[in-house]
This record gives sequence, C-alpha cells and structure tokens, in this order.
Amino acid sequence: MTNEVLTPNAHDVAHGHHDDHHDDHAHHHDAGPMKVYGFWIYILSDLFLFASIFATFAVLHDSYAGGVTGKDIFELPYVAVETAALLLSSITYGFAMIGMYKGNKSQVLTWLVITWLFGFSFIAMEVNEFHHLITEGHGPDKSAFLSAFFTLVGTHGLHVTFGLIWMATMIFQVSSRGIDATIRTRLQCLSLFWHFLDVVWICVFTIVYLNGVL
Amino acid sequence: MSDHHDHDSGHGVSYKGYAIGFVLSVILTVIPFAVVMHPTLSHTTIIAVIFGFAAVQVLVHLHYFLHMDTSPEQRDMVTSFIFSALLIVFIIGGSIWIMNNLNHNTMIMMGN
Repeated sequence: MTNEVLTPNAHDVAHGHHDDHHDDHAHHHDAGPMKVYGFWIYILSDLFLFASIFATFAVLHDSYAGGVTGKDIFELPYVAVETAALLLSSITYGFAMIGMYKGNKSQVLTWLVITWLFGFSFIAMEVNEFHHLITEGHGPDKSAFLSAFFTLVGTHGLHVTFGLIWMATMIFQVSSRGIDATIRTRLQCLSLFWHFLDVVWICVFTIVYLNGVL
Repeated sequence: MSDHHDHDSGHGVSYKGYAIGFVLSVILTVIPFAVVMHPTLSHTTIIAVIFGFAAVQVLVHLHYFLHMDTSPEQRDMVTSFIFSALLIVFIIGGSIWIMNNLNHNTMIMMGN
C-alpha cells in the first residue's frame, strides 16, 4: 500500500456514493477499517496467550519451593509508579489520536514522542526490577512461582517493547510522509495494541502484585 | 466530538472522553493500592475490592480508550471480544479448578 494517493477529502467524498464501480478506490476505502478489525482479531488471539500465562501463574503462584514469596520481593510504591507511567502513556496516545483525526501532524508527533518516553520509562523500571531480583538471587530458576512471575510480567514487557519499536517507526513515518490514509490505519492499529497492553497491565498489577503481597 | 466528519474521523474520540477515562482509571488504581498498602479491612474484603476495582477499570479502558460501545460500527469488535472473554473465563477458571482439585487429591493420598 505504498502508492496511497488519497487525500482525506477524496476519502470523505468517496464514502458518500458507494457504488462498487470496479475502481481501486472502493477497495482502498474498505481496506482501512478491515485492517483495523483484522488487527483486533490478532489482539484477541494475543489475549489468549496472556490468558494461558495468567492461568499458569494462578496455578503456580504459591509454589515457592522454600524460596521467597511475593510479600518478600514486591515493592508496591515502585509498581504504582510503573502503573502511573503506563496509564499516562495511554492518555497521551489518545491525544496523538485526536491530533491524527484533526490532521495535525505536529500534535501527533509531540504526543507520540511523549507516549514513547512514558512507555520507555515503564520498560526501564521493569528491566531494573528484573535485574535487581536476579542479582539478589531470586531469578526465574529458583521456584515455580518465580518462573511464572518472570514469564507473565516479561511477556507483557516484551509486548510493550515491541510497541515502542512500532511507535518509533510511526514517529519516523509521520514526520517523513505526514498523515495519509495508510498512516491513519497504522496509528489506529497501534492505538488498539497500546491500550490493550494497559488493560493487561491492570490484570498484572492486581493479580501478581496486589494479590501477591496479601 | 465537536466537529462532525464521517465515521472514519474518530468515532467517540475526544479530549473529554480520554480525560474521563483517565480520571476514573486513577481513582480505580489508587483505591486498590491504598487498601493493600494500608490494610485496615479484612482479608476477604481487600481481595473483593482489588478484583472488583480491576474489573471495573478494564471496562473503563475498553469504553474510554478502546472506544467500545453499542453502536452498529462497533458491533463486530464488541461481539468478538465478548466471545473471547467467555472462552478466557473457561481457560483460567477451568485451569484453577482442575489444578486445585489435583493438588487437593494428591495431598489426601500423601496423608494416607
């Protein structure tokens, strides 16, 4: 789809009279929402991946093998800051989307960069937490609980990392080619992905951290 | 939504929507952290609070950030999500049920 030539105006007009007259245009117009919906189906499949890991964690969460428990290693104030970073990145991504719908390139770029920084802070804090735990001798090889913990939180962190790579790509693409229909579709998909990861994090901080220190 | 475009121009997307979602999320996050960090309630009540608030916050995110609602253009997204959520309840609930049973039965045998 690199030869996308439609302006937002042509886009609106074509939506008005939707006679399926063979042209590429009609296909183009339906492709955007269909791609977003297709991406949504991928996200639902990803949800099953997380569900399986959550189920594993739920089964193994008290198999400490004589090692540390959640109470010993979790620091809730630290987790609260991580949560705040991710939640802030959700609303700032929303502001980027508002800019996108207004066709305001600089607003999109500004908020995407801010979102990226919040997301990066989250990942930096998580890597720091993992590093700290492993150097303290509480690595994933110590107990089933720690294996499940690192797998669950690490899988979420890996997703956020890929989201950051994707977002950096979008920052580059928006700055180089502006906001066209293709870019809009990509930003909509990333929006779903990014907000989805925040939803998963709600479950992580509740089930792993809050429930873990009780 | 201040300006009216076609359906592709930001269905349900507005500063107000994001702000409401954000404020609700902050409240729904602070309260569970507070009841766990400063425990004055009973254990069962705390569990009920943190899981109840998490469930509500997930709904808040789905509505205000992922823009799910009952409008026709959202129907496919919402129905596919509800179906997935149902299966996930089976996966997680079933796993916990089976494994608890297994643990329970294994312990009885060890006791004998």
